[in-house]
Amino acid sequence: MKLSREEVLHIALLARLGLTETELDRLREQLSNILENFEALQQVDTTDVPPTAQSIPLQNVTKDDEVAASLPQSQILANAPRRDGEFFRVKAVLE
Amino acid sequence: MITHQLTIHEAHRLLKARQLSSVELTKACLERIRQAEPEVHALVVITNELALRQAQKADELIAGGDTHPLTGIPVIIKDNMCTKGIRTTCSSRMLENFVPPYDATVVEKLNGCGAVIMGKANMDEFAMGSSTEHSAFFTTHNPWDLSRVPGGSSGGSAVAVAAGETIYALGSDTGGSIRQPAGFCSVTGLKPTYGRVSRYGLVAFASSLDQIGPLTKDVADCAIVLNAIAGYDGRDSTSVPEQTPDYTQCLTTDLKRLSVGVPKEYFVEGMQAEVETALRAAINKLEELGARVEWEVSLPHTPYALAAYYIIAPSEASANLARYDGVKYGFSYTDTDSMWEALEKTRQYGFGDEVKRRIMLGTYALSAGYYDAWYLKAQKVRTLIRREFDQAFEKFDALITPTSPTVPFKIGEKIDDPLQMYLSDVCTLPINIAGLPAISIPAGFGDGLPIGMQIIGKPFSEETILKIAYAYEQATEWHKRKPNV
Repeated sequence: MKLSREEVLHIALLARLGLTETELDRLREQLSNILENFEALQQVDTTDVPPTAQSIPLQNVTKDDEVAASLPQSQILANAPRRDGEFFRVKAVLE
Repeated sequence: MITHQLTIHEAHRLLKARQLSSVELTKACLERIRQAEPEVHALVVITNELALRQAQKADELIAGGDTHPLTGIPVIIKDNMCTKGIRTTCSSRMLENFVPPYDATVVEKLNGCGAVIMGKANMDEFAMGSSTEHSAFFTTHNPWDLSRVPGGSSGGSAVAVAAGETIYALGSDTGGSIRQPAGFCSVTGLKPTYGRVSRYGLVAFASSLDQIGPLTKDVADCAIVLNAIAGYDGRDSTSVPEQTPDYTQCLTTDLKRLSVGVPKEYFVEGMQAEVETALRAAINKLEELGARVEWEVSLPHTPYALAAYYIIAPSEASANLARYDGVKYGFSYTDTDSMWEALEKTRQYGFGDEVKRRIMLGTYALSAGYYDAWYLKAQKVRTLIRREFDQAFEKFDALITPTSPTVPFKIGEKIDDPLQMYLSDVCTLPINIAGLPAISIPAGFGDGLPIGMQIIGKPFSEETILKIAYAYEQATEWHKRKPNV
């Protein structure tokens, strides 16, 4: 099984990951090779086997809806690559 | 006595008796860092001043009668756990300058014990890798042979302990990232049961598999650190509300009435002869110590664990790493007017090769048309793997395997072959899939290179595996050997 160039570009778009031509070619080779090796999974009989998302018997853990202190705005903004006063600055969303 | 080689319990005894101060101990480790670091490159951040300040504070606490076993003891934290005011990089360009505004629960707990934080350890970027070669900054070298890898992804943590740069360290383990480097560096490394230790403040890689644990110089230390970090935390919704025992109480050397199984699927294909020889000798030793050993246990789905893991973990990673958009924190590409281009270039330049590979693999497995065949299939195989372990644990108290099929490999040997690199975790990743606790302890050497034994337990049976590990350790000398670096 070999992924097509278009398939790799499509995945990269879904992941919002920019790729150079070299990266694209290399990933196409490597992902195809990895998936080919993992084809063995399809041989396992999983009829009537439920999926496991995580290994502990906990479900729907919720917190009480209580008012509590949050981090101050200055600390939240301290790591922002670009800020404008008390806002995160982003590129224009509508072009 | 060489101060930087002390264990936690030895150092604690000296601190309590006022024969050593925390400042002296901390300075000894800082001096050791100065000597060893140019050769091993284990640390991303060194926090000299903070460490000395905390040591002074610890000496005051001890003078005032505070005798917590971790008070005044130096620790190094893997650089994927948030430390308030201290850079937390995940060894990635993406987070190179990220300074967290809060502490991870484990860091908060250690600080509450009066710990001395020496620095942050190098790792494979975002904990994705088995050698630290995927660190965006530098490769950590194995102190037993500087031309070889220390394992990964917690390679910096394991090396810092093995080389005596710290008394103990914290690591994280998603598919073997504590145990495999512990095995490669001849230290003790424990991955607790999923849910036992809070993940709050641990930078997420694969949320259903990640777990924090200790890397130490011996088993007693491992129990001491687990005591300090285990327990329910309401800030982690997968933290389990179970009582945590005092793990130091289970450390006895009598293994009578314990039965251990040796799954044969872990002793095949690609395993080095010296690893197999060392493991068989170690298991014979457990038998001498009173354990009943069954050699021919079968876990037939083991060969599918690698594929299931490398579908599930990258899928979760691709979702978790979607947050790195260059807006709220982290690296940001700004040289464009287009929002989409900024986003794509931020991720292109911010992430390294292995991280990109896993994001792509995971995105593929989750994408429309492939979800059922890959992600859902892998989750079903996950169920079968867990069931098989559950059945084995109806009969056995623990299972014994090698930690890794090989001794530490050469730097550069597997870097261009992702599948070969993945195989390095073949003995450890099934345990994460099933959410079980497992420990790696030193079990010999092959041509001077460390070999680890993995002891696997049923959920929340850390006491049993610590006990077996302790009994073996007390009957052997491997853990006392130190590398010449």
